Amino acid sequence: MLTDNKLIQLDHISKSFGGQLVLDDLDLYIRENEFITLLGPSGCGKTTTLRILGGFETPDQGTVYFDGRDITHLPPNKRPLNTVFQKYALFTHMTIAENIAFGMKIKNKPKTYIQDKIKYALRLVNLDGFEDRMPDSLSGGQQQRIAIARAIVNEPKVLLLDEPLGALDLKLRQDMQYELIRLKNELGITFLYVTHDQEEALTMSDTIVVMNQGYIQQIGTPEKIYNEPENAFVADFIGDSNIISATMIDDYLVEILGARFKSTDAGFGKNKPVDVVIRPEDVELVDPEEGTLQGVVTHVIFKGVHYEMEVMANEHEWLVQSTSMFPVGTKVGIKVDPFNIQTMHKPESEDEEAIGVEE
Amino acid sequence: MKNKKDLLSLPYFIWSAGFIIIPLCMIFFYGFTDRDLHFTFANIASITETENIKALLISILLALIATLICILLAYPLAMIIAGSKLKDSGFMIFVFILPMWMNFLLRTLAWQTLLEKNGVINTILSKLNLPALSIINTPYAIVLGMVYNFLPFMILPIYNALIKIDPNVINAARDLGANSLQTFLYVIFPLSIPGLISGITMVSVPALTTFVISDMLGGGKILLIGNVIEQEFKQANNWHVGSGLSIVLMLFILLAMGLTAKYDKEGGNYF
Amino acid sequence: MRSVAKKAYIVLILLLLYAPIITLVTLSFNASKTRAKWGGFTLKWYGSMFRNDAIMHALYTTLVLAILSALIATLIGTAAAIAMNTMKARFRMYFTAVTNIPMLNADIVTGISLMLLFLAFDAAFGFRTVLLAHITFNIPYVILSVLPKLKQTNRSVYEAALDLGATPVYAFYKVILPDIMPGIISGFFLSFTMSLDDFIITHFSKGPGLDTLSTKIYTEVKKGIKPEMYALSTLMFATVLILVIVVNYIPDADASKKQRSGKIIKE
Repeated sequence: MLTDNKLIQLDHISKSFGGQLVLDDLDLYIRENEFITLLGPSGCGKTTTLRILGGFETPDQGTVYFDGRDITHLPPNKRPLNTVFQKYALFTHMTIAENIAFGMKIKNKPKTYIQDKIKYALRLVNLDGFEDRMPDSLSGGQQQRIAIARAIVNEPKVLLLDEPLGALDLKLRQDMQYELIRLKNELGITFLYVTHDQEEALTMSDTIVVMNQGYIQQIGTPEKIYNEPENAFVADFIGDSNIISATMIDDYLVEILGARFKSTDAGFGKNKPVDVVIRPEDVELVDPEEGTLQGVVTHVIFKGVHYEMEVMANEHEWLVQSTSMFPVGTKVGIKVDPFNIQTMHKPESEDEEAIGVEE
Repeated sequence: MKNKKDLLSLPYFIWSAGFIIIPLCMIFFYGFTDRDLHFTFANIASITETENIKALLISILLALIATLICILLAYPLAMIIAGSKLKDSGFMIFVFILPMWMNFLLRTLAWQTLLEKNGVINTILSKLNLPALSIINTPYAIVLGMVYNFLPFMILPIYNALIKIDPNVINAARDLGANSLQTFLYVIFPLSIPGLISGITMVSVPALTTFVISDMLGGGKILLIGNVIEQEFKQANNWHVGSGLSIVLMLFILLAMGLTAKYDKEGGNYF
Repeated sequence: MRSVAKKAYIVLILLLLYAPIITLVTLSFNASKTRAKWGGFTLKWYGSMFRNDAIMHALYTTLVLAILSALIATLIGTAAAIAMNTMKARFRMYFTAVTNIPMLNADIVTGISLMLLFLAFDAAFGFRTVLLAHITFNIPYVILSVLPKLKQTNRSVYEAALDLGATPVYAFYKVILPDIMPGIISGFFLSFTMSLDDFIITHFSKGPGLDTLSTKIYTEVKKGIKPEMYALSTLMFATVLILVIVVNYIPDADASKKQRSGKIIKE
């Protein structure tokens, strides 16, 4: 399955539009068979990165390698990868079969080969018998599948997907996520996926690349990104979290809002200001005397699987998720397991905050 | 009409009946009657008279040539404008539409001045020691007048069709392996056909039916079907024959529209 | 290399389109009375133009005709478009067809059909018949400008106004009308221009005593154009040019202002 063979390498890529820097000295490699997701808010440079890979933009600086070969200046039609575009970009004047056949006909594949491939691709995306329909007569989800079918019949080594589920409604989006994982496993090729939706990224990816303002903030597995965010941006962007200023008193001991918590982190030095991230589901509400910190419940919302509560403790509003409910006004104690406290360096300047913490 | 809002259309309903439907019926009434108001096909049949059929054929030929030249000139131009940066393209379209704000007759008249034997163009040509151009009062001048007057009608709809194409659709074609030429042939051009069709209609109908351009640039020697009809009404006062010929003209307009629309549908197979 | 070819091509076509305009403007400053030769620079035609009763009268007729016909067409057309937008398909089909007839049909056929109508009713050919004809060919332009704007308006905003207690008429004036105003205005100006520039339909619906600028030019072509006519059209072209630039650039400034304030609210 996933190998260590680096299929694509982006080497010191920079790109600006109209004087505005969109990508700044970006380095990234993509391994064979990887499902890699570029995740970030709009304007973070993720789509530009994908377009540089697809050949629709040329970087101002840097090199793109594919299988060790420099493809930086290769036009899109000569690249061994295919793209699934935002809002599908189907050819509205052609039937579904003609859409799927497009790439193969350009390459002068034999007729029977094309016919077989169309059948195969339509079966793969669960749209048998749609050959003669026109794109306009299909629903958004169906059009998206055709866009995928049109790309994969060309047997690309890498499929680039640019927010492909962005235009679909929630239920369909969730179904399509499973569909994409299945497709990826059946085809055994590399997927590079671009999205601003953290849930999509967490569900599907082998590797997530969190980006902001043209810089990579963190690269890692979904578990690592969620459980061990490297900076406040990543913590805030992925899931809900309590991000609190704290002081690292000593190794394995951190003072949060005046209360001392045990920690598993070390090596920050003594009495160092840090940020800590605590996920709302990791905050335990107990009897006041049992807690490290005492507070009062100020809000309760029922969310289905759990209750979401806000607890005011030492002038900080804690976000807490729990299956048991504490009514508003209840005095509670707050407890956090040491391994659930994620400690991060405090950025020393505004500038560094944007860049993220670089080791 | 149950809806009260529908009543707002009442003035236009009356107006359209009185000034669009009834006048059209009048043409048919006059076209199919003689001076004693007896039913006849003679007015329609008068198109077969040598002079009339000649005028009709020349009109069709010149309109076809003018439309073709308009397509050849306008398509690349629309592509260049649509391909330029968005901010510029609106301004550029404006620059190409602007000449239409000068009076149509004067603009056409100006070509007389330009094309005359001792006109501006020939003065420049002789200064450059080039042979003189003598196309005034020939069909060439009429075609030039048609192209000049109607070119913006071809540029606009093609441009509008081109800028509507999603850039990602073009990217998708490139991504699937098509080179620039293939992308144009299989994707850009087919998607621009609706604009092209309306351009063809907007150019060919006035070109086919004009009598002013032939009057001013043809020196009165070349009669188009528009001239024949105009003379029947304004000089011969023979409204019956004039109406009959107008019916024939409308038939050709319908035929032209039908043909282009049919081509639009048949052109669905791109490989 | 390619961009040079593109620029050359654009310049070539611009030359074709602007050559006659430049010629006319030049002729308006030509001291010689004939078109054939250059007699030196003069402004006298611009002065004598105002003293030429025939030209001034034709200009007056043309302008009154354009304003009146555009105004009436805008009223009738806007009302019709509002009704057409929500009308049952059956009725709408009639109106769509009837709107397309003058747009697609040849002007000469529209012109003679109206001439036949006026003849049949023994109407006196004059200002009134021309006005009726101009309104007729102007209404479709108004409808085609207003209808797309109506389609873009958000119905729920209108319904929200009703929900908040507005009467339908009040809701229309406060909610729908501001939305479709750009369409109405562009419909008016389109009509105004079409009327200003029309020759063919006027030619068939006018009587002998009446002249618009277009019909005056047409008769003068045979007798020889008076240089005052060049001066007048140069002046009109310049006016339109200035108007269009002003109209096009003022909303632009407006839009960027709105965008800026929008940003402020967002932040």
